[in-house]
Amino acid sequence: MDWPLTQMLTVKNLEVCYGAISALGDVSFSIAAGRIVTLIGANGAGKTTALRTISGLLRAKSGHINFNGEDLTRLPPHQIVARGICHVPEGRMIFSNLSVDENLAMGAYLQRDKARIAQNRDYVFSIFPRLKERLTQAAGTLSGGEQQMLAIGRALMGDPKLLMLDEPSLGIAPKLISTIFEKIVEINRNHGLTILLVEQNARLALEISHEAYVLETGRVVLHGPSPELRTNPELKAAYLGG
Amino acid sequence: MTEFLQQLLNGLSLGAIYALIALGYTMVYGVLRFINFAHSDVFMVGAFIGYYLGHHVPESTVWGGLLVLTAAMIGCALLGMLIERLVYRPLRSAPTLNVLITAIGVSLLLEYTGQLVFGAAPRTFPPIFPSANFHLGPLTISSNQLLVISVTLILLFALRFIVMRTKIGTAMRAVSLNPRAASLVGINNDFVISFTFALGSAMAAAGGILYALNYPSIDPLMGVMPGLKAFVAAILGGIGNIPGAALGGLLLGTVETFVGGSEWSTYKDAIAFAILIVILLFRPAGLLGKFTVEKV
Repeated sequence: MDWPLTQMLTVKNLEVCYGAISALGDVSFSIAAGRIVTLIGANGAGKTTALRTISGLLRAKSGHINFNGEDLTRLPPHQIVARGICHVPEGRMIFSNLSVDENLAMGAYLQRDKARIAQNRDYVFSIFPRLKERLTQAAGTLSGGEQQMLAIGRALMGDPKLLMLDEPSLGIAPKLISTIFEKIVEINRNHGLTILLVEQNARLALEISHEAYVLETGRVVLHGPSPELRTNPELKAAYLGG
Repeated sequence: MTEFLQQLLNGLSLGAIYALIALGYTMVYGVLRFINFAHSDVFMVGAFIGYYLGHHVPESTVWGGLLVLTAAMIGCALLGMLIERLVYRPLRSAPTLNVLITAIGVSLLLEYTGQLVFGAAPRTFPPIFPSANFHLGPLTISSNQLLVISVTLILLFALRFIVMRTKIGTAMRAVSLNPRAASLVGINNDFVISFTFALGSAMAAAGGILYALNYPSIDPLMGVMPGLKAFVAAILGGIGNIPGAALGGLLLGTVETFVGGSEWSTYKDAIAFAILIVILLFRPAGLLGKFTVEKV
């Protein structure tokens, strides 16, 4: 099988089932290095399933996931993290009884280089200064927005090449949503970090991304540069509220 | 008053052994959410390793005793990891009930393999540590009691250090809180679970040796009763909670000893367990346990 070399992540003909129920049927998409790519679509379209399959939480029934020339399809999650894919899961999944500091330390679980860890920590604090103020606090006592910052910060501690964000706007005060999205753009711009963003808020996702795939019941129905899709009449009617 | 203090001392040294065993139940529950019923038999194997090695080191020496203790802890750590690898890991995605029934099966397997290999007849445990009685005013403290209490304290602090201060300990807590999130930060859950079994089993081995020193008749079914009590102690302290297991063990040992020394001594287990039932009626999550809503 030959893979386009310019693509960092290539998903080909991915099919995923929960028991007998098909969640993804023949999905293909790819992400070039340095870009923000978004998967949008309604609830149940298969966006979260796609991310979970890439990070190894779910097994693909068929199809391939290729990352920088290597096939990830059968690897367990911790080995996928080791390859440089960090996943900020839906619902944040921070370690609620651990302190903010310990959460960040766990994010760097596979990192061996102490200087590099310290550098990443400083970087996380420069993006989310709020985390530095809350270092010793149990993560479960943070507000929803702060927990999302922590979840992103924890993923950045893993020194990712590709950052996958699942519904970062979910359950967060509207005021904080724009802050978090600004930070996502900042992470991409200043460090060239490649980002795969799954988001129900299609308007927001199309605003900050370079490229978008629209999923519907487990299939890609539309694909294109985000600025173009923003004005697409079909999409406008279905996802952007007319 | 003297009798009270004497009984308290006896109770604490019995409770310390329950605490050591209870830790293993509670740690495994913490990462896998099931009760490892085979744990009490790992305790028994620890005592038997001590029995066989004890005949190969000079009797009644501190270094010989510590050597036997360490060897038994390492041996049982390996046994615990082996049981996890061969039996529980293949059942990782199976329903909890299946795992529980399997755990009972492993327990019976160890008990009756023990009877086959070691024989069913009780054996006398060799005095591997020097033994003496100290008198503190009217109190009598045996060196074995001191040994039990000091070894337990050292192991408790070591365990606390590992769990709270080291990377692998933090990973254990992370896996316990959310295994999926743990795998997403790069933690190999299987490795952490294996490590947890090793730690818990080593504690049980220490408990087995200390128990055998104080009640020097050992047989392949010796783990059943202390195991049951340690299990109750872990529930009493709040299952999944490490300080809770220690507290529950000490409390249970103390209550049992006090009742045993009173005129109702025939009913000591009944009364000890009745007290536990009452405590659990008022604090269903255990003394230090918190009610947590399981999130999907």
